[in-house]
Amino acid sequence: MTRLSKRSFVQLAGWGSLAALAMLSGCSKEEKTTTTTTPAGTTSTTTTTTTVAAPAAPASGALKIAFAYVGPVGDGGWTFAHDNARKAIEKEFGAKIQTSYVENVPEAADAERVFRDMASQGNKLIFGTTFGYMEPMLKVAGDTPDVKFEHATGYKQAPNMRTYDSRTYEGAYMAGVIAGGMTKTNTLGVVGSVPIPEVVRNINSFTMGAQSVNPNVKTKVVWVNKWFDPPNETAAAQSLINGGADVLMQNTDSSAVLQTAGKAGKYAFGWDSDMTAYAPNAHLASAVINWVPYYKKATQDALDGKWQGGGHTWWGVKEGAIDIVSISEKVPADVKTKVETVKSGLKDGSFVIWKGPITSNDGKEMLAAGASADDKFLGGINFFVKGVEGQVPGGEKK
Amino acid sequence: MDQFALLLAATLNSGTVLAFAALGLLINERAGVVNLGAEGIMLVAAIAGFATAVHTGSDWLAFGAGAVAGAVLAAAFGILVIWLNTNQYATGLALSLFGAGFSAFVGIRYTQEKLGEQHTFHIPVLGDLPFVGPALFRQHPLVYVAIALTVAIAWFLYRSRAGLVLRAVGESPESAHALGYPVRRIRLAALVVGGALCGIAGVYVSVVYTHLWVEGMTAGKGWIALALTTFATWRPARVLLGAYLFGGVTMLQLQLQGEGVQISSQFLTMLPYLATILVLVLISRNAAFIRVNMPASIGKPFFPG
Repeated sequence: MTRLSKRSFVQLAGWGSLAALAMLSGCSKEEKTTTTTTPAGTTSTTTTTTTVAAPAAPASGALKIAFAYVGPVGDGGWTFAHDNARKAIEKEFGAKIQTSYVENVPEAADAERVFRDMASQGNKLIFGTTFGYMEPMLKVAGDTPDVKFEHATGYKQAPNMRTYDSRTYEGAYMAGVIAGGMTKTNTLGVVGSVPIPEVVRNINSFTMGAQSVNPNVKTKVVWVNKWFDPPNETAAAQSLINGGADVLMQNTDSSAVLQTAGKAGKYAFGWDSDMTAYAPNAHLASAVINWVPYYKKATQDALDGKWQGGGHTWWGVKEGAIDIVSISEKVPADVKTKVETVKSGLKDGSFVIWKGPITSNDGKEMLAAGASADDKFLGGINFFVKGVEGQVPGGEKK
Repeated sequence: MDQFALLLAATLNSGTVLAFAALGLLINERAGVVNLGAEGIMLVAAIAGFATAVHTGSDWLAFGAGAVAGAVLAAAFGILVIWLNTNQYATGLALSLFGAGFSAFVGIRYTQEKLGEQHTFHIPVLGDLPFVGPALFRQHPLVYVAIALTVAIAWFLYRSRAGLVLRAVGESPESAHALGYPVRRIRLAALVVGGALCGIAGVYVSVVYTHLWVEGMTAGKGWIALALTTFATWRPARVLLGAYLFGGVTMLQLQLQGEGVQISSQFLTMLPYLATILVLVLISRNAAFIRVNMPASIGKPFFPG
């Protein structure tokens, strides 16, 4: 009997010390958020807890804007690009706005709570920067009609909620032009994340870009079925290199593919953000997303009272949302010129990437000669173009 | 042929991560303690090692730092479960969550950091042989250490007196205690060694394998290692075999995808798990054999006196 009670006491002590430990780490985290002035230095400790960055100087009467991020701002890719745009509008509009963000918001029920919190704290414009926030945002938007919601990469709208995205495939095409000019083995490799139309579209555009300078190019694709898994991304990149690919591209979220290419003496690209620093010798260029133009416009709309819900904005090179940057000096001048031509063509609308004739890799004509693909076509691509090896997993239903 | 050599090389490389972690956990479990915190330990060690490599430029110091970080966490876990008798499974889960969060927190400023150029390794003479050279003899030294370690652990467990005591602690702590062995301290020692090995596995991921740090980067390797020890019926050679098998099938399925084979990639992604489970279950299908090899007191707390 005595032993039992002693035992439960000790057990209690163990759990208690664990709890104390957890609280301790929680406290220091909280402290960090309130004392730091640069929000970039803050983060949360696990994927389920989130941290709200305290605004530097609350201004009365300013438009309050909140951002929900799926990853940490230090991911060097997707979320990093969004946060850079947030800082840019803060600089641009000064005291007229006041921004805050919550990072590591999971794409689950927790997101709804975060959006409700943001709305109740007086934010009048709320950005959700990943596809998985679609339903939670829609729900909260229905309950708070006076708050404006902006959702990235989704397709559902409401009177006070609209969607926006960027044409990443334009960056992929320009990277392809460089890849086509650089490959010696005529074999390119792509590490694919998840086989959804957006990613398949990027792989196709990358291949079409390469074929525009080098018709003999073929592309090998390896899927890791995740957005983020550095060890597997590395393994996938290695297997592509083993299979003869000498220029790699990826649609995953880390710089692992680029670094693997660097280790093996091959070439690769940066994706979403400029990744030159990770592997200067292997890095050919970075296809980047710039959210600043859209965030500026959305903020201006809201300030002017011109903001309208219910639309979808899909911006690319033309609007300054997509660019290819930090092109390596290893890339020959004629290839660089070609990239510039494509870029200016995309800018003034004289060049269209998805223009027929386009055939799939099993010989079917998908787009007739002379026809340009509309956004609906682009949104549902589930086939590989000629030159890409293999099949889209789960595709081929048409 | 060249392709096959490269596939073998990649298999050894990716299997090494699992081998270190699973061998560490094997030692823990032979002493009767299950440490579900392996994933957290690997992550903390991965950032500790990565940060050390960034600041000192030395891979070896990085492995040292990772091993120490792993050992310290495992010791803390040991004090909780061995002396304070907290529930092993709950405490292990807490440790893995803590490790994931803590490493992400400490690692913020290292996400953008990069390491210097990586050394390539090449054993003279052997590395120049056709086929076997590129396949077997141009690996990171730790790949060979993993193999040597497997032999050493097998010898230790089955041929040495200390190994016998360790197994006795895992089989019947009461008997070991009655014979005058310090059961608790032996368990703690096993945990510390196991934690250090998990730590080395973590550093291998961040410093050698991917060459970068991002939060949550081990992506479940610790859990796979845990499963591996069980499926390998706590035999060192089988643990190593399982680790290479998992690494090999992972690389093979990626290679098949690259060749454009007409099998859905979702199915191929599942293959490494399927193949490893199948092979290890087949070679250990003898129920009596499992009973003989499974530490009888695994997961059970021990109260002396």
